[in-house]
Amino acid sequence: MNVLIQITTSILGSDARQDNSQYPATMPLYQIPKERFAEAAKSMKTAGARLVAEWATDETSFGKGFGIYVCYAKDSEYLIVKTYTPLNDPTFPSLTKKFVPAYRFERQMRSLMGVVPLEHPDSRPWIKHEDWPENVYPLRKSFDASKPIPRVKGEYQWIRAEGEGVYEIPVGPVHAGIIEPGHFRFQAVGEDVINLEEKLGYVHKGIEKRFESISWEDGAKLAGRVSGDSTVAHALCYSHAVESMTGCNPHGRALWLRALMLERERIANHLGDIGAICNDAAFAFMLYQLTILKEKLLRTNLKIFGHRFMMDKIIPGGTSVDINKDAKKEILAEMDWLTNEFERLVTIYDENPSLEDRVRDTGILPPEKAKELCVVGFVARASGQEMDCRILSPFPPYDRIVPKMTVLGSGDVHARGWVRVEEVRDSIRLIREILNSLPEGKIREGFTPPSPDKSGFAIVEGWRGEIVYWVQSCPKGGINRCMVRDPSTVNWIALEEAIHGNIVPDFPLCNKSFNQSYSGHDL
Amino acid sequence: MLRILHQIFRTGIVTEPLPPAEETEIEVIGVRLEEAIKRYFRRSLTIREIDAGSCNGCELEIHALNNPIYNCERFGIHFTASPRFADILLVTGPVSINMEIALIRTYNATPNPKFVIAVGDCGYNGGIFGESYASLGGIGKIIPVDVYIHGCPPKPADILNGILKSIEDSRPT
Ligand code: SF4
Repeated sequence: MNVLIQITTSILGSDARQDNSQYPATMPLYQIPKERFAEAAKSMKTAGARLVAEWATDETSFGKGFGIYVCYAKDSEYLIVKTYTPLNDPTFPSLTKKFVPAYRFERQMRSLMGVVPLEHPDSRPWIKHEDWPENVYPLRKSFDASKPIPRVKGEYQWIRAEGEGVYEIPVGPVHAGIIEPGHFRFQAVGEDVINLEEKLGYVHKGIEKRFESISWEDGAKLAGRVSGDSTVAHALCYSHAVESMTGCNPHGRALWLRALMLERERIANHLGDIGAICNDAAFAFMLYQLTILKEKLLRTNLKIFGHRFMMDKIIPGGTSVDINKDAKKEILAEMDWLTNEFERLVTIYDENPSLEDRVRDTGILPPEKAKELCVVGFVARASGQEMDCRILSPFPPYDRIVPKMTVLGSGDVHARGWVRVEEVRDSIRLIREILNSLPEGKIREGFTPPSPDKSGFAIVEGWRGEIVYWVQSCPKGGINRCMVRDPSTVNWIALEEAIHGNIVPDFPLCNKSFNQSYSGHDL
Repeated sequence: MLRILHQIFRTGIVTEPLPPAEETEIEVIGVRLEEAIKRYFRRSLTIREIDAGSCNGCELEIHALNNPIYNCERFGIHFTASPRFADILLVTGPVSINMEIALIRTYNATPNPKFVIAVGDCGYNGGIFGESYASLGGIGKIIPVDVYIHGCPPKPADILNGILKSIEDSRPT
């Protein structure tokens, strides 16, 4: 039995009621009174759970007020706790003092849904920029999303550091390289960073709102463009959530093909990132070598799956592409070639003292901090946290071909790079296993949209880490709300922690070792 | 060190193992491109890339232009950190409301003559994100665009092609 449920029901008694419209059964939802929301959070904290996500819904079309949701997890178990707040008093108790990640989730809920977290320490907007009018709440049903938001005058209140010799470096939103936009503000003394504050939201394009006006099928396409580098993982997670609501079970072959694509996406991104880390440590050789390998993989994707990043290949009900015997042989041969090439480069990385000097002990995220911040993915694994939802909460075929979890304790740039080296190795192994046991059968099942008034939840381990979707259908069918939580949503704040006490020129290196998504965060 | 040198020699010039079709395409683009660059920009074409709200998919493909296989620098094309040095702005994404001002500022900071190339379906008309409270739609709604490169995302070879079209179709103003 789910320990988190046991704790909740033992503390809240009959105040905690299970909501039967939530799917799948393994990810249950309990409704509790608003007055006991903080108390429930406290018991979760005591139990050692982490906060996965917190979000709000506008449930006026159900004849209700705003829903306030929070998802907790401990090891393999997940629990969603929900409460209501009426339209005329849109407030709820802040959980920020108990769980650090609630800090940004709640600022965002306030900014976009207009539900106020009481006793939240920071009333500045998040995602919503200072030049938006105060009273526009795009996620409310009453909001007209068809017109651009008018601009007003406003100034963002940055956190200031004062003292002799303290100076400030503002960076962005347009950065020097070919990367996504965001703003970083450093306070430094000499070369040492004493504080970093991130301001994000620049690429907010209203994705969550957009979901509410498109079909269930198109939802997979949109999910595949939340963060272009993780298109497979996002489309897969969305599809899982939606399939759980309809009882649609894709055939085995589709499940294995999905995993094949997921692992290929992991390898391609890891290769590029390991190269980019080396490049920022002034070792461009590795970047060029590894991008050649990455490019070859992308070309194979194009040839076999019809798209370099495999966009739109995962759809609710299965996959839109199948592979034949030749393709299987080609991928197996490619994996042999890749192993050979990759290992050669790993040896060079490993034997290079000047590289080691830059990446070791730089940008440390200590394990206690990682736990406190509830980070996920390779960032968490590089800081001693054992988590990988392919292993802890496996969906097929990962229950058959168990991935290997690499956990390191040093939490530095090297660890974040090395975890990925090991993951490339393991993904190659997984791809071989998948191809060798790929079952025959159909690649897609007929997909009928979910019936009204249901919700579905799913998690998928993308290359960055745990991706979460929670989808709710309207009383009339259609999507009422689609909550997207990219790993970046919780991981970005860890960069602010890891940079403390490092020198300014090491920032690009630290940032690259995290490589979080702006688009996936800003939505 | 020896290992590195060995690997460099072993790798050689990587344009060789390319699939023939793609290689020809790039070479053709390359030669024509170089002529145009010589004519207008004296062998050097400097690009400033701006993500005005993309999903990062287009950025991945623009990145690929710098990998040894496409190696855009051999044509005199390189990416700059500052719009002040740029001849071309390569812009991606639907323009998000929160990037609009930064985009206009970057455009204004780029000296004439300048070209603007919008990359990807989003840059054309907002793509899947459309026009909404937060997505203002295609790049052309905010700054003048010379060339659109379609695709979601366009392949690296298409992007090189688009750059060429930009130089041949429009005279610098
Ligand atoms: S065109 Fe496609 S890849 Fe490019 S930004 Fe738009 S959705 Fe992403």
